[in-house]
Amino acid sequence: MTGARLLRYLFWRLLQAVPVILGVTILCFLMLQLAPGDLAEVLAGESGGASPGYIEELRVRYGLDQPVLVQLWVYVKNVLMFDLGFSFRHNAGVTSLLLERLGPTLLLMGGTLLLSVGLGVLAGLFAAIWVRTWRDHAISLVAIVAYATPLFWVGLMLILVFSIWLDWFPTSGMENVVMFYEGWDWVVDVAHHLVLPVVTLSLFYMALYARLMRATMLEQRGLDYVTTARAKGLTESQITFGHVLRNALLPVITMAGVQVGGLLGGSVVVESVFAWPGLGQLAFEALFSRDFNLLLGIFFICACLVVAVNIVVDIIYVVLDPRIEMGE
Amino acid sequence: MRTFWQRFFGNARVIAGLAWLALVVVLAVMAPVIAPVDPFGIVDQPFLPPSDAHLFGTDSLGRSIWSGLVHGSRTTLIIAVVATLSAVAFGTVLGAIAGYYGGYMDDALMRITEFFQTIPSFIFAIVLVAILSPSATSLVVAIAVVSWPPIARVVRAEVLSVKTREFVHAAVIAGQADLAILFRQVLPNTLSPLIVTGSLLVATAILIESALSFLGLGAPNLMSWGFMVGAGRSFLRDAWWLVTIPGIAILLTVLSINLVGEGLNDALNPRLADL
Repeated sequence: MTGARLLRYLFWRLLQAVPVILGVTILCFLMLQLAPGDLAEVLAGESGGASPGYIEELRVRYGLDQPVLVQLWVYVKNVLMFDLGFSFRHNAGVTSLLLERLGPTLLLMGGTLLLSVGLGVLAGLFAAIWVRTWRDHAISLVAIVAYATPLFWVGLMLILVFSIWLDWFPTSGMENVVMFYEGWDWVVDVAHHLVLPVVTLSLFYMALYARLMRATMLEQRGLDYVTTARAKGLTESQITFGHVLRNALLPVITMAGVQVGGLLGGSVVVESVFAWPGLGQLAFEALFSRDFNLLLGIFFICACLVVAVNIVVDIIYVVLDPRIEMGE
Repeated sequence: MRTFWQRFFGNARVIAGLAWLALVVVLAVMAPVIAPVDPFGIVDQPFLPPSDAHLFGTDSLGRSIWSGLVHGSRTTLIIAVVATLSAVAFGTVLGAIAGYYGGYMDDALMRITEFFQTIPSFIFAIVLVAILSPSATSLVVAIAVVSWPPIARVVRAEVLSVKTREFVHAAVIAGQADLAILFRQVLPNTLSPLIVTGSLLVATAILIESALSFLGLGAPNLMSWGFMVGAGRSFLRDAWWLVTIPGIAILLTVLSINLVGEGLNDALNPRLADL
């Protein structure tokens, strides 16, 4: 694949993504208009009540008195110029708030992707190699239980066992704020805090990928190219690792791309359990304080993330399977 | 060749799943008889560990956890089942129309489906519940809205393959109306994948419902398992049973539904069962 073609492909995909992201933004904007209460009422409520005149004044100040379509038009116009507005609640620009919280969420999601795809693929691979032995049954049993476990409960159980009883890992947060670590110590500290949230979020996806991997490995093993490989005298391990594995990875990668949206949803729960300072927690706070500018910004950035991951998945696809062309 | 029922009931996992589900259904139906104590009523001192007097102990306000579990099974099951039925009904109609009419209709409906699959579904559900203000009805609506796309896709794919079969052509020639063909000839032949997908969807619905209740977005005035975990999480250090017991109930129920759903799938598609 040449660099120029890759760039052209990327440009094309990004262009295609614009209407999707705009669609999500507009839909969310209209949906949030249906929510009972607005920023003015929440602010008034928190200051212990206010006269109707003052609430009306607040609405005028924040532009909430305009017709919905005018508000939408202003918002979309701003988004197109990469201005996500101002969070009156946090008294800061939405973009800077989002960038501050994006890092922790990306760290959580990246760690989860690595762990769940890595271990899931390995578990599925070995289950397929040991098919119908006790080892296969053991892996399948663990996978089917993990697949049925509620995320928030796993998180709490891990805290109970590994933080409270064994005291191996911290219960919450992303760093030890009183220690003021710097440099390498800080990295170690964050990694230490990252373990439990990542394991919690990974468990379900690990099970999903392991089951998928096992099924595709077994399916691929019956295909003609495997018979050909066997006929030309390759050993079983050469066939498994050189041929079958590569083909069986494709559905797992596709699934991992599809699941990014789900991963974002799961991170809301995990961030709430572990007080992880990411986008999910911010979304939750924004929703309850009716901070719609901030909430819309979070939806916008989530849509961008999903689209970006799908583009990356398509590129990995081309690398893994040379038969697939970059479609334009 | 064994019959469907032989394959279905000959599976040890299915039997285990059905046994637990039967227990939960009995608890849910008979809740006021089995646990006459109001799940929100105070029965004893708070934080009593599981004992003979209180089977699973009491929570932070002295409420009976056993009573909460029994009444919670009601809430959880009803919300999950009603939400799944709504999602199946909506997804089936949409998928059937898309598959049967094809062309622009299909394109438009499938774009909508893809769109709903792009939006992070759990976050979408949270926002829906918050907008509709938390209640049993809004939980049902939110879960149904995020769950229908897979049903629509399954039904569409099945309809696409069934509608080219000869008995459908025969019905067209016999002069049956479009809707009659769709509902009386085509859809009954798409039932088996629909039942499998639908049964697995109940499990997902329970997971979504309990996660929403855990976050405090559940139906107020209704005891539910997710709510019990959420209410107990602050006392994890001192009273582990508050969180552990309702969580195990959720886990076992979801696991059982998955086992039964997969058993159905294996029994309906015996050739794929070995994979």
